[in-house]
Amino acid sequence: MPQPQPNLTRRGLFGNGLWAAVVAGITGLSAYLFGRTKQAKTVWQIDPDKCVACGNCATYCVLELSAVKCVQVYAMCGYCDLCTGYLDPDPKKLDTGAENELCPTGAIERVFVEDPYFEYNIKEELCIACGKCVKGCEAFGNGSLFLQVRHDRCLRCNECSIAAACPSQAFRRVPADDPYLLKGAKESKPAGESKGIA
Amino acid sequence: MNRRSFLFAIVLAFLLSAPLLAVERFPPPDFETNYSFPTTTVPPPRVDQYDYIDAAVLLVALAVATLLIYRKRCRKGVFLLMLLSLAYFGFWRNGCICPIGSIGNIVMSIFDPAYTVPIVVILFFALPLLAALLFGRVFCAAVCPLGALQDLVIFRPLEVPRSVEHLLRLFAWLYLGLAVLFAATGAGLLICRYDPFIGFFRLGDHSSTLILGASFLIIGLFIARPYCRFVCPYGLILRQLGRLSRRFVTITPAECVNCRLCEEVCPFNAIDKPTAPWPQDQFVSDKRRLALLISLLPILVATLAFAGTRLDGILSRSHYTVQLAERVALEQSGVVPDITPNEILAFKKTGRTTDALYADAAAIRRQFRLGGGILGAFIGLVIGLKLITLGVRWRRDEYQAHRAACLACARCFEYCPVRKK
Repeated sequence: MPQPQPNLTRRGLFGNGLWAAVVAGITGLSAYLFGRTKQAKTVWQIDPDKCVACGNCATYCVLELSAVKCVQVYAMCGYCDLCTGYLDPDPKKLDTGAENELCPTGAIERVFVEDPYFEYNIKEELCIACGKCVKGCEAFGNGSLFLQVRHDRCLRCNECSIAAACPSQAFRRVPADDPYLLKGAKESKPAGESKGIA
Repeated sequence: MNRRSFLFAIVLAFLLSAPLLAVERFPPPDFETNYSFPTTTVPPPRVDQYDYIDAAVLLVALAVATLLIYRKRCRKGVFLLMLLSLAYFGFWRNGCICPIGSIGNIVMSIFDPAYTVPIVVILFFALPLLAALLFGRVFCAAVCPLGALQDLVIFRPLEVPRSVEHLLRLFAWLYLGLAVLFAATGAGLLICRYDPFIGFFRLGDHSSTLILGASFLIIGLFIARPYCRFVCPYGLILRQLGRLSRRFVTITPAECVNCRLCEEVCPFNAIDKPTAPWPQDQFVSDKRRLALLISLLPILVATLAFAGTRLDGILSRSHYTVQLAERVALEQSGVVPDITPNEILAFKKTGRTTDALYADAAAIRRQFRLGGGILGAFIGLVIGLKLITLGVRWRRDEYQAHRAACLACARCFEYCPVRKK
C-alpha cells in the first residue's frame, strides 16, 4: 500500500474536487450551449402583423434618431391620390403642402407617376418612426407602409429598449442573414422560430 | 357611448378587419406608362468581423492581466491595461457584449428551447470564469470596462464597515437571483436593462441610464467601485470562484513581516489583518453560537422559500403576458379607460381568446411561484452560510488579500517593502 503523502489533507482533497467539479461544470455548460448554437447571430426585427404603430419606436430607441424607419412595399401600394398615409385626415388641399401632410417631419415624398397615381417614397434620414403614416395606411389603405428596424442603423442592444417598451410584443429576434420581416414576402418565409423577449 | 368613442369604435373595427379580410382595398394599378415598381431596400446588419476579434482580445487581455499581476507585480501595467480595456470594450465596442450581461443570455438559452446564444457569448461568459478558477479575479482587475470606469474615479475611498459590506452584498445576491429568474421566465434581461454605464459607453442614451451611471460614479468617489462590490452579479460569481482559484494574489512576494504598511491601502476592504490570539474563555460560547447558526440555516431556507412563493403576484407582473392579462381582465370587468391602451389594441389584433391569454398568464404565474420559492431558498442559503462563516473564528498570522474580495488591482504591491529574494 502506498504511503499517504504528507501534503494530502482532507481539506485539500475537498478543495481540489470542488475545483475540478466547477471547471467541469463550466466547460460542460459551454459545450452544451455550443452544441445547440443553431445560427451565428440574431438581430431585432418588428413583426408588421403585430405592430400597432404606437409611436414608441420614435422615443425608446437608445439612438437619438431611432433605428426604426417606415418602409414602403411598392408592390402592395395602391398609389392612391388620396393617400391616408400621406395626407392629413382633413386636408385643406390634396397637394404636397406641409399643412396637408400627416408626417410631422415631411419624410414622405409624393411623386406623380400617371393620372391618377402617385408614388410615395420614404426619406429615411427624416423618418422618426412615429408610425403616423403606418396607422393611416393601415386604417384606410393597403397597409404597404409599415415599420422595420433598419440594420444599417441598429446598434443591436442585447436588451432592445424599444422591444422592452413595445405594447404588442412585435419585436423578435430574427436570424442575421435574413433580417427583415417585409409584408408580402413572408409566404416564402418560414414562421420565426425565435420568440421575442422583452 | 359618446360621439367620439363611437367614431373611435368604427375606426377600430375598420382597423381590425384589415388583417382578417386580407384583401387589398386598392389593388396596385396597371400602369400605362412603363413604370416599374421600385424594390424596398434591405440594408444588411453591420458586418461583424469584430465578434471573434472581441473574444480574442478578451483572451489576450486576461492573459496579459495575469502576467502583470503575478509575474510583473506591476500596478502601472495593470492600470494601463485597464485603460485599454475601457477604451476597447467600453467606448469602442459600446459596452456590448459583456460577461455581466451574458448571464441573462446564457440562462435564457437554457430555459427557452427556441433561443440559442452565439459562440462569442459563450466565450464571453466562460473565459473570465475559467480565468478566475486559475488566477482569481483578473477579469475584474483590468479587463472589465465597468470596473475600469469606476476604478478611474476612486478619489478618497472611505472604509465601509465589514458588517455593512456583508449586508449590502446581499443586494447583489438578490439581483443575481432576480436576473436569473427573469431571464428563465422570459420576463427580460434585467442586468442589461439596468446596466449603469452603457449610456456613457454609447456617449448618449436615455437620461435615466445616464443618471444611474452618474450616481454610481459620484458614490464611487468615496466608496471604491460600488457597482462591482455591491451590485455586480457576475462579480459575485467570480468572488466564489476566486475562493477556489489555483493561484491567488499575495500582498508580499516573500514572507510577510507584519509591517502594517499595506493595512490602509486597499480601497476595497480586501486585506485581512492578522487575527488576535484565540480568547480561551470564549471557546464554549463560540461553539454554542456556531451550533445555533447551523441550526438556523434550514429554518432560514424554509422560511424564505415559503416567502418567495408568496411573491409570485408581484414578480410575475414583470412579465409582459401577465401584464396584458391583467389589463384585459380590467377591461372585461367594466373598468374601461377613456383611451384604449395600445396593448389591448394589439391583443385584439392577434384574434386570440381571452381564455387562452389567461391560461398563459396563469402558467407564467406558476413558473414565478416555483422560481420565487427557489430564489427565496437560495437567498436563505446565502444568508445562513454567511452567518455561519461569520460565526467561525479564522486564524491568520499575516496580512492577506481576501481571496474572494480581492479585485487583483495590484495597488498593495507597491506598499510592501519586502522584495523577492
